Amino acid sequence: MTEPLIYDYSSPGRAGITMPQPDVPLASFADLPNGLVRDPQTLDLPEVSQLDVVRHFTHLSALNHSIDKGFYPLGSCTMKYNPRINEETARLPGFAFSHPMQDPLTAQGNLALMYQLQEWLKEIGGFAAVTLQPAAGAHGEFTGILMMRAYHLDRGDAARKKILIPNSAHGTNPASTTMSGLEVVELPSDSRGNIDLEALRQACGPDVVGLMITNPNTLGLFEEHIEDVVKLVHGCGGLIYGDGANMNAMVGIARPGDLGFDVLHYNLHKTFSTPHGGGGPGSGPVGVSERLADFLPAPLVAIVEDGDDDEPPLYGFITPKKTIGRMKAFHGQFGMHVRAYTYMRVHGAEGLRENSEVAVLNANYLLAKLKGAYYLPYDRVCKHEFVLEGHWADAPDVHALDISKRLMDYGIHPPTNYFPLIVKEALMIEPTETESKETLDQFAEVMLTIAKEAHESPQVLKTAPHVTPVARLDEVRAAKELVLCCRPLPEWAE
Amino acid sequence: MSYIPHTDADRKAMLAAIGVKSTDEFFADVPASVRFPDLDLPGPLSEPETMRELQELAGSNAHTGEFSCFLGAGAYNHFVPSIVNQMIMRGEFFTAYTPYQPEVSQGTLQAIYEYQSMICALTGMEASNASHYDGATSLAEAAVMAINHFRLKRKKIILSPLVHPHYRAVLRTYTQGMGLNIVGDDQLDLTLSDLVPLMDTDTAMVVAPYPDFLGGVEDLKPIADAAHGVGALLCVVANPVALGLLTPPGALGADMVVGEGQPLGIPISFGGPYLGFFATKKEYVRKMAGRLVGETVDASGKKGYVLTLATREQHIRREKATSNICTNQGLMAIAATVYLSTLGRNGLRQVAEVCYHRAHYAADRIGELSGYTVLRDRPFFHEFVVRCPRPVADINAELLDEYGIIGGYDLGQDYAHLDQHMLLAVTEMNMPDDIDDLANALEEIAKQ
Ligand SMILES: Cc1ncc(COP(=O)(O)O)c(C=O)c1O
Repeated sequence: MTEPLIYDYSSPGRAGITMPQPDVPLASFADLPNGLVRDPQTLDLPEVSQLDVVRHFTHLSALNHSIDKGFYPLGSCTMKYNPRINEETARLPGFAFSHPMQDPLTAQGNLALMYQLQEWLKEIGGFAAVTLQPAAGAHGEFTGILMMRAYHLDRGDAARKKILIPNSAHGTNPASTTMSGLEVVELPSDSRGNIDLEALRQACGPDVVGLMITNPNTLGLFEEHIEDVVKLVHGCGGLIYGDGANMNAMVGIARPGDLGFDVLHYNLHKTFSTPHGGGGPGSGPVGVSERLADFLPAPLVAIVEDGDDDEPPLYGFITPKKTIGRMKAFHGQFGMHVRAYTYMRVHGAEGLRENSEVAVLNANYLLAKLKGAYYLPYDRVCKHEFVLEGHWADAPDVHALDISKRLMDYGIHPPTNYFPLIVKEALMIEPTETESKETLDQFAEVMLTIAKEAHESPQVLKTAPHVTPVARLDEVRAAKELVLCCRPLPEWAE
Repeated sequence: MSYIPHTDADRKAMLAAIGVKSTDEFFADVPASVRFPDLDLPGPLSEPETMRELQELAGSNAHTGEFSCFLGAGAYNHFVPSIVNQMIMRGEFFTAYTPYQPEVSQGTLQAIYEYQSMICALTGMEASNASHYDGATSLAEAAVMAINHFRLKRKKIILSPLVHPHYRAVLRTYTQGMGLNIVGDDQLDLTLSDLVPLMDTDTAMVVAPYPDFLGGVEDLKPIADAAHGVGALLCVVANPVALGLLTPPGALGADMVVGEGQPLGIPISFGGPYLGFFATKKEYVRKMAGRLVGETVDASGKKGYVLTLATREQHIRREKATSNICTNQGLMAIAATVYLSTLGRNGLRQVAEVCYHRAHYAADRIGELSGYTVLRDRPFFHEFVVRCPRPVADINAELLDEYGIIGGYDLGQDYAHLDQHMLLAVTEMNMPDDIDDLANALEEIAKQ
């Protein structure tokens, strides 16, 4: 099952839509600089009917796995149900058709929504202020690290250059550090999956900007010495950055701000159910403690005139005193703010806490079912996810990737592979709270079957998947031949 | 309310299977002093109540469904064909994750591959990535790429002051830790040719808008030649709908073309989610940030698509990656692909031409009004500048309150020399009658 390219349907003269004809006195193109009117022949877009377009993208969509189709236990990504009401609220005309540059006085509904969302995220994380501007998790990290850097510089402390990052961290953590012009110092983990406290103690010093920590970490484990970790870093003058990718285990359970975190990014596209869209858009609001609030990106939404019993307050945009600047044009991924707001409104505090509890319940349930058949390198109560080793000494040919590919034959999306790096052959499993016991039982059964197959008929795994639209793809060839575009090169390209 | 499917019996059975009495036991390692805070959030609402609350919030905004709108300034009110929303509302697209597992993600991968192909076609470039967060962050990533291309030996970026003010701000925020020398926009009335004397062998990248923030269109060839003359790269910030009418930057010497893809079938939605596009020459692909989809074959020789050149990216290269970007704007890229497929070669040209003609008609009408002057020193595409007889904020307030029109952008906010100047945008959504209404309203407002 494959689908031709949209260009393959093209036939000169076909059109997918009727657009207006020029209906005013025609202006001359001669006003444009010489040679700047495009030769239509160079506008190499397909010419297809609207039905062609519908069929093409419908066929393409059928080639995807998705939450709507089946279980998607992709660790670290929180693939929970994406509620349909969110999709509808985000598309209400007052939201979808309001312009980012219009006078804030005429967009008070949008500002009120953003203000509330800021307030709720402050409350959930225990922070003094929140920006909604960052577009995704990594963008939030970058925002946070730039603020930490600016904070030290503002105190006249230019000697701090280092960000401490545990070796279990996601790749965006070190990459965001480099983008900020700072250096990464990697910290080892101890035998229980925590940050190695002794190594941390030695790394803490007057050159440290701060520590980036994911808690629960990417093994799905809560940092057992979190209070010591925070004390050590604060003790040397550093700040604590929290990667909030795993907040789905923590809402209503513990507030990072109460634990002493200075910054944290949320992923609205994980914890607060906004859809991942096959790779985005996300949204990565950042919360900060009091001492960093002045450095937040501009603008923020604030109440600029208090309301009373008759009048709602007046909302406006403000610029924090020592802002690091703008991280994005306009006001962030507003459509995602609407979805997250809707989600929070439907749940309330108790509903959100229950989500975290059940996310953790579901993960521990699966863990209990699987840990006999798969090696569990860090055997502890997990939070919303856990990491197994996808390899057995007595089935040496089978790797985590083979298990993942075999899962596809059973209609299940694979777990996250080969991350975190500290577990070799990692299978990182995150069920989320919206999956039923039946789904979890079925998944566990399939995983046990695969473990058996790995020992008895490994070839079935090595050649998997068997029922997908394509078999395993040649990634080496893709990188070597590098075909990134299906059209001939333009004539002006060498 | 929640979306949790468990019955009490399920919970009991699961807790028993794990061997705990309650879920509280899972959190024993959380310090007791902070465990289970009472969150002060409003109580839960039913779905109908939630919908009502959101409708009320949305209903209190002025919006283009209700008013005619002449505001652009980086976000453009174009028609979004119904098919675009229908396609991206397919759960198979919008409830999938980044296509890390290609065998079960061919739909997303092929759609993005087609997106890359169409962005190349539009810009006249050889390679496009799978998207950035928006036009502003695309530009910032171009700057990072240029600096890395010269291995940090060139540290100067020359920015036209007529690049969108937000984009210039974001570029500065992104690069604040890199010790760059960003010049060109310190004087806000410089033209492209004024930038040439700033170029030297320390210059990594020159940034030229096409059209610029004021709507103007200038030939890029001279600035491309000048930039290449000192060995620097030229990055063009382009409006993709304008490229339906204008010669693509690739044909004029651009090394990178970036911009905001929102005009391609994405609602203005108060500023996001949008679509940053990024295209370059093949020789720079390995320095480029962001995800890339490439064609390949499967074990049986069947054509298929994968994410490729991941060795540039954070999940492999960590602190040595070309960028930290991970999640991008995948679904928005698919929306743009559906849009471009539906409009096709002729449709995009037609939209661009209608924008051009109607904008010029609007400029002619407004230019005739006493008290208003249209700045016509340079050719423009679908946005132009009007000197007004009164402060722009006042005029806009009256336009909205008295005439139901969302007026233009107040340029005095960003350009001191353009105080009392309004930037007006015209698209295929502004019917000739709407333009006449605007002109009549402006005329009356001038008399007051
Ligand atoms: C632990 C962790 N940190 C950071 C990120 C990056 O977030 P985003 O993809 O939203 O930029 C991810 C994403 O998968 C993650 O799992």
